[in-house]
Amino acid sequence: MIKEAGFLARADLQTLLDRLHDLGYRVIGPVVDDAAILYRDIDRVEQLPLGYTDDQAPGSYRLSQVDTPRCFAWADGPHALKPFLFAPRETMWQVARDSDGRLAFSAVDPRPAKALAVVGVRACDLAALALQDRHFLDHVNDPYYEARRAGLFLVAVHCAYPADTCFCASTGDGPRATTGCDLALHELDDGFIVEAASPRGHAVCDGLSLRAIDDDQRRAANDALSEAAHRQFRRLPSTDLHNGLLARLDHPRWEQVASRCLACGSCTSVCPTCFCHAESDAPSLDGNDSEHLREWDSCFSAGHAQLHGFQVRPEIRQRYRQWLTHKLGSWHEQYGRSGCVGCGRCITWCPVGIDITAEANAICADTIEEAP
Amino acid sequence: MNPYLPREAEIVSRHEESATTFSLGLRLTDGQPYRFAPGQFNMLYLYGCGEVPISIVGDDPVAGTLSHTIRAVGRVTQGLQQLAVGDRIGLRGPYGRGWPMAAAEGRNLIVVTGGLGCAPSVSIIHHVLDNRARYGHLSILQGVKHADDLIWREQYDAWAALPDVTVGLAADVASPGWHGHVGLVTALFDQVTLQPEQTLAMLCGPEIMMRAAAEQLHARGVAADDIYLSMERNMQCAVGHCGHCQHGGRFVCRDGPVFAWPEVRALLGVRGF
Repeated sequence: MIKEAGFLARADLQTLLDRLHDLGYRVIGPVVDDAAILYRDIDRVEQLPLGYTDDQAPGSYRLSQVDTPRCFAWADGPHALKPFLFAPRETMWQVARDSDGRLAFSAVDPRPAKALAVVGVRACDLAALALQDRHFLDHVNDPYYEARRAGLFLVAVHCAYPADTCFCASTGDGPRATTGCDLALHELDDGFIVEAASPRGHAVCDGLSLRAIDDDQRRAANDALSEAAHRQFRRLPSTDLHNGLLARLDHPRWEQVASRCLACGSCTSVCPTCFCHAESDAPSLDGNDSEHLREWDSCFSAGHAQLHGFQVRPEIRQRYRQWLTHKLGSWHEQYGRSGCVGCGRCITWCPVGIDITAEANAICADTIEEAP
Repeated sequence: MNPYLPREAEIVSRHEESATTFSLGLRLTDGQPYRFAPGQFNMLYLYGCGEVPISIVGDDPVAGTLSHTIRAVGRVTQGLQQLAVGDRIGLRGPYGRGWPMAAAEGRNLIVVTGGLGCAPSVSIIHHVLDNRARYGHLSILQGVKHADDLIWREQYDAWAALPDVTVGLAADVASPGWHGHVGLVTALFDQVTLQPEQTLAMLCGPEIMMRAAAEQLHARGVAADDIYLSMERNMQCAVGHCGHCQHGGRFVCRDGPVFAWPEVRALLGVRGF
């Protein structure tokens, strides 16, 4: 349950960062880097993207500066929470071979030196985190994910600045952060309405100088979120996409989208829920030991469905279809909901601007709404 | 417990089955007990190279050994082929859901396989023969592309000589001395006396063969729920995390590799899945 804790004046935002550092967290927040808003280590509020906003469209992302005192006047950049928990590349275990050929296996200790606190997380990424939790922790615990997840502290910022590519209102995952965080902030010009969502969040609030919230502030914050939901114009079909897509495996649209798709895997890299990863070995030059690694893989790669000389998905049409039918369809079977949280990253970061909502709508145009 | 960490295993025996197929007898060096169910698989690790999923053919509890039959078709399996008795590899497992051997008790079994000596089905046969009283009639129907592809020829002869066991062999292309059927393995259904209500079918091989076999057995009266099949996909983690083995909403490594036909029927043999 999220509960209002008080109003934090803009001038006091640094105290929140200080408090998190004092509690021993490695603090991560949004910064302008490489012409995008990325999550990096921060210790000063001056590092936040004050006055920056973004302009996103299919295949396009641009930052610009506007006259605002706000630090969170933007929609998500390419970084999600995913890389902090499910590492893009990591060593899983090592094996040493002695002169008699005996093998000694040892797992890498995945516990980070410091737990992470991430500031500025959006509702879509919280929803994605909940899905990744199910994938990596429900059946068999992934020790690497679990170790980084265990101490994670999340400061959400409700999203009042959706990009043109956002559609979280359509998936039901935003723009308001309702669950899965420790603190949630509404940003106003002069400061933040602070909400606490967990015992750890309440404890952090105890160290902040919070003032009473007045009704005008509350109204301004809520109005901004309503407007943020209404401003979104992209939507997924509101039909049963699991059965709808599987019933249309031969739709001509698959061929059409495949003629544009480069199978580059940008969409799966920026997707906050995609979980595929490939394992490989890196033996040392002297031959005495080897590291076993995993790194993000993509269902668009040629090797993804490779099977002893047989390729299950040789065509891009089949790979795009696999991605979409999984993301919007099979996830329901696996985890009880769609694998899409409406963040729109796959649309923005696709080099040819393929729009998942346009494709799903085109393929399912004649789907009949299922009775509830 | 780290689910990805292999255990060390020593190669204690090695047998050449054909030019490309070989069997390894393995013994875990940590001395810890190991149990598996027919139809499950292990991840075998070749030092410095990587892991591959290999189904477990059988074990020898007295000697504490496990046997795997491997076809050298990729980097890891071709590397494993070079190893000798005494060499060490990594092993983790067993993984996945195996054949429904408990549900099969008291029933007649028809085991239909295609391809080069389908190892997952051999574990069924071993289990049935080791627990003979618990199962009814056993029909073993094996199909190969070319007659020369058939391995374990003496083994089939030995099984055929046992009471209450029928063995049928089929090859698309025959060679001199071939006494089996020439054509598809599904044609052998005419040669067995099928009591559909009492029969449980277990299929293993190329999907197109399994789909045809399932449809034909069903048409002959075997209930869809009594038809099981073993699926094969790219598997790297073996615990449902890496995503490569997905078949629709199923993780073949964890939810399978053995499925009841209705679980996978919609996408079975559909190109691209």
